[in-house]
Amino acid sequence: MARVELQSVTKSFGQITAVKKADVVFEEGSFTTLLGPSGCGKTTILRMIAGLEAPSAGDILIGGRRINDLPIHKRNLGLVFQNYALFPHKTIGQNIAFGLKYRGVPKAEARDKVRQALEIVRLPGVEDRYPTQLSGGQQQRIALARAIVIEPDVLLLDEPLSALDANLREEMRVELKSIQHRIGVTSIFVTHDQSEALAMSDRIVVMSAGEVQQEGAPEEVYNTPATEFVARFLGAANLFDARVTAADDRLVELETAAFGRLTLPRDRAARLGDAGPARLVVRAEKLALSEAAAPPGTVSAAATVAAVDYQGQLARYFLQIGDSQAQAIQMIDGRPYPEGAEVTVSLRPEDCTALPPASPDGESGPTGR
Amino acid sequence: MRAWSWIRAYSVAVYLFMFAPVAVVLLLAFNSSQFSGFPIEGFSLRWFRRLFENEAIMRAFETSITLGLLTSVCATTLGILASLALVRYRFPGKDWITTLLISPVLVPETVLAVGLLIFLRYLSMPRSFLLLLLGHSIIALPFVVLVVQARLVGIRRDYEEAARSLGAGPFETFLQITLPLLLPAVFAGALFAFTISFDNITATIFWRPAGVETVPTQIFGMLRNSVSPEINALGFVMIVVTVGLPLTAGGLARYFARRRQ
Repeated sequence: MARVELQSVTKSFGQITAVKKADVVFEEGSFTTLLGPSGCGKTTILRMIAGLEAPSAGDILIGGRRINDLPIHKRNLGLVFQNYALFPHKTIGQNIAFGLKYRGVPKAEARDKVRQALEIVRLPGVEDRYPTQLSGGQQQRIALARAIVIEPDVLLLDEPLSALDANLREEMRVELKSIQHRIGVTSIFVTHDQSEALAMSDRIVVMSAGEVQQEGAPEEVYNTPATEFVARFLGAANLFDARVTAADDRLVELETAAFGRLTLPRDRAARLGDAGPARLVVRAEKLALSEAAAPPGTVSAAATVAAVDYQGQLARYFLQIGDSQAQAIQMIDGRPYPEGAEVTVSLRPEDCTALPPASPDGESGPTGR
Repeated sequence: MRAWSWIRAYSVAVYLFMFAPVAVVLLLAFNSSQFSGFPIEGFSLRWFRRLFENEAIMRAFETSITLGLLTSVCATTLGILASLALVRYRFPGKDWITTLLISPVLVPETVLAVGLLIFLRYLSMPRSFLLLLLGHSIIALPFVVLVVQARLVGIRRDYEEAARSLGAGPFETFLQITLPLLLPAVFAGALFAFTISFDNITATIFWRPAGVETVPTQIFGMLRNSVSPEINALGFVMIVVTVGLPLTAGGLARYFARRRQ
């Protein structure tokens, strides 16, 4: 177990910069997710920590030791791949024992360790089978067993659940998290799936275009996105144009076209100045629809339901509020509002976040979902 | 419909015409008659016996098999190393080297043979068995490279990366992971190299030192005098070696693959 640290790590492939000056700390024993769309540099970071790519600049530290020049097979890392990468010509037992061989573990002890590892991943007794005789989910458990049996300093997981089907993926994510918790290994998990990231992580590092956009606990990243990109990438968010009309240390007052004036606590608009344009971020599930008047303590606007996406216990509404469009997600009891219904949308200012508008170079522009 | 049956009949005829000579050799090998030709007078193994008693032929066999095995070892080793470099690494001039490695297939063998001879003359080196081995390896190498490369491209790097992350050094990773996964292609390449060397006559005639005969050059020499029925028996043995060997190997490979399941 060890703490992993990236110190202004940059990686370029020819003209393309895959990772730009990343400074990230992965705390000892924590489960950290690198989250972002494909091509954002998250896998490149993982591969650099693993030693499969060399950084163009900057240092990588594991347990306080600079490992830039340490070859991969001396780093003592557990690596789990999207496609399992179990050696097809070796049995499950041989696969798991592979790393033990290079650590001078005697045969009898290795056999015990293999058995224990298989118990941890809840697949006892499959030592003599070949990888192709197991299902995808089972193969991924074996891959995990192979990675943890060597008691690595760091466990690196490269989209390990992506190749599994939806039900299995959710089951495995609970299990993976609990195994990690039990053995307490520092884990770095790469995914493009925001729900995986939110469900499993102690910390999330959101990346876009080679840059770290935000780092924090899942609730923090979800509730107070630091950039428009983060707001759009995690969950469904509405962004409204706004203008700061008044501000002090405690409160920030904004003027929006859709909802008029509203006042946010300062920590919800930490990045805003005391004047100028801003963007108001409202999560889709924080927009409340009703036919009655808005409850006190909220701001509201009249809206028309443009389309409904009915999902059983939930419905997603596409709304027209004046000139702007918005999405709302709501639990429903009974029937959803029909298309064309006139409703009142309301929101509580303290559920919103205000951000400075995206810089014109589009770095944190609306590239996500 | 009618057109199809014509095409079918025509194809069958073409193949019959092509394979008939082979069948004739195989049949006549067992003919008891003094003269190589039809009609077949009776079944006999005397030509095979005569073959084994013929010292020149047995020596040629020994030479061919030694040469074939050595060519196979050289070409396969070089082929694996070349394929690894070409598939797993990036370096300047890669495309040129690929073309160069494959070119012996494209260059007419006579040209290659004369070229190598002139080169050796320039170095004032005599013709030798080593030259023969070198030449055969050059001719066989492209086939090994093509076969091994094709397989190596299909082996995902994940396997090697996983092995490395678990503590295996680069050479260990090759021995434990890459080579075993590559084995079918290595086998196929080695067989190719052996049969190519075993069959080769054009270049061998140019390169062989005085007094050294391989099976094809021996047959060629014998044909100059007369068509002895012995040659049919020899042809039979050669067909068995060059056709039978790959078929057996393929069959064995399938058998072991099934047993593994």
